[in-house]
Amino acid sequence: MAYGTAAIEALGALGDPTRRAIFERLAARPSAVGALAAGLPVSRPAVSQHLRVLKEAGLVSETPEGTRRIYRLDPRGIAAMREWLDAHWSGALEAFKDFADEHAEEEKPE
Amino acid sequence: MSIAPIVRTVQVKAPPGRAFELFATRMEDWWPKGRTIGKNPHVAIVVEPRTGGRWFERDAEGEETHWGKVLAWEPPGRLLLAWQISSQWSYDADLVTEVELTFTPADGGGTLVTLEHRDLERFGADAARHAELLGGGWPGFLAQFAQYTDAQLTDAQT
Repeated sequence: MAYGTAAIEALGALGDPTRRAIFERLAARPSAVGALAAGLPVSRPAVSQHLRVLKEAGLVSETPEGTRRIYRLDPRGIAAMREWLDAHWSGALEAFKDFADEHAEEEKPE
Repeated sequence: MSIAPIVRTVQVKAPPGRAFELFATRMEDWWPKGRTIGKNPHVAIVVEPRTGGRWFERDAEGEETHWGKVLAWEPPGRLLLAWQISSQWSYDADLVTEVELTFTPADGGGTLVTLEHRDLERFGADAARHAELLGGGWPGFLAQFAQYTDAQLTDAQT
C-alpha cells in the first residue's frame, strides 16, 4: 500500500500521549513552542523534542515567523484519509450520474 | 491550518430540482455497494428532508447506523451535510466535517452537481485520538477497509 511506511511512522509518533496532545493542539491552531508548552505539563525542551519526532514522522511542519518557529499539521500526514475520500466521492458521484440520468425523465411533465 | 477540500463535479441530465431529489431521497439506489458502515447490508440510506434532520443507513432488521446530519436542506440548489464518519470508519458524534452539494442549472436543461468535502484537518485530530486506543490508525483503517470491501465483493458474488 502506497501510504504504508509514512502511516506506520505517523502511528508510532502518535502512540505517545504528550505527542498526541501536541498534535491535537496543532490541529486546532498553528502554534509556537512556547504557546504549546504553556498549556501542557511538560517542559519547553520536552515539547521541542516531541515536535522533532512529529516532524520526522511527517505529521507536523514548521515555518519561521520573525524570531519564532510556528508549527502546524503537515497535510501529508493525513493524506491517506483524504485520498481515500477523494476516490470515494469520485466513485459515488459517477454512480449518482448513472442513476440520475436513467431517472431524469420520470417526473418531467412532458 | 486547513487541508485542501475535496471538490468534485458531475453533470447530469435532470434539472436541479430533480437532481436534488434523486441525490437526497434515493441515496440507497445509487450509493456504491459496500461503502456503508453498518454491521449488516443496508436497505435504506436516509437523509431526513429538513435542516437538523439525521443522515443514516438502515438494515433489514430496522437497525439504524448514523452517518451524520443535515446542516442545510435547501432544494433545489443546495444541500449541506455533516459527515461524521471517522478515520476508524465509524460514526463519531464529536467529529463534524462538511459535505456541501450544490445543484446549478447547466446547458441543455441539465444540472452541474458540485460536491465539496471540507474540514478534513479534523480527521487528523480524530485519528490521533483513536490511534493508540484502537491500535489501528491509518494502516488499521486502510487494512480494515480493504478487508471490508473484499468481503462485500465476495458476498456480492455468492
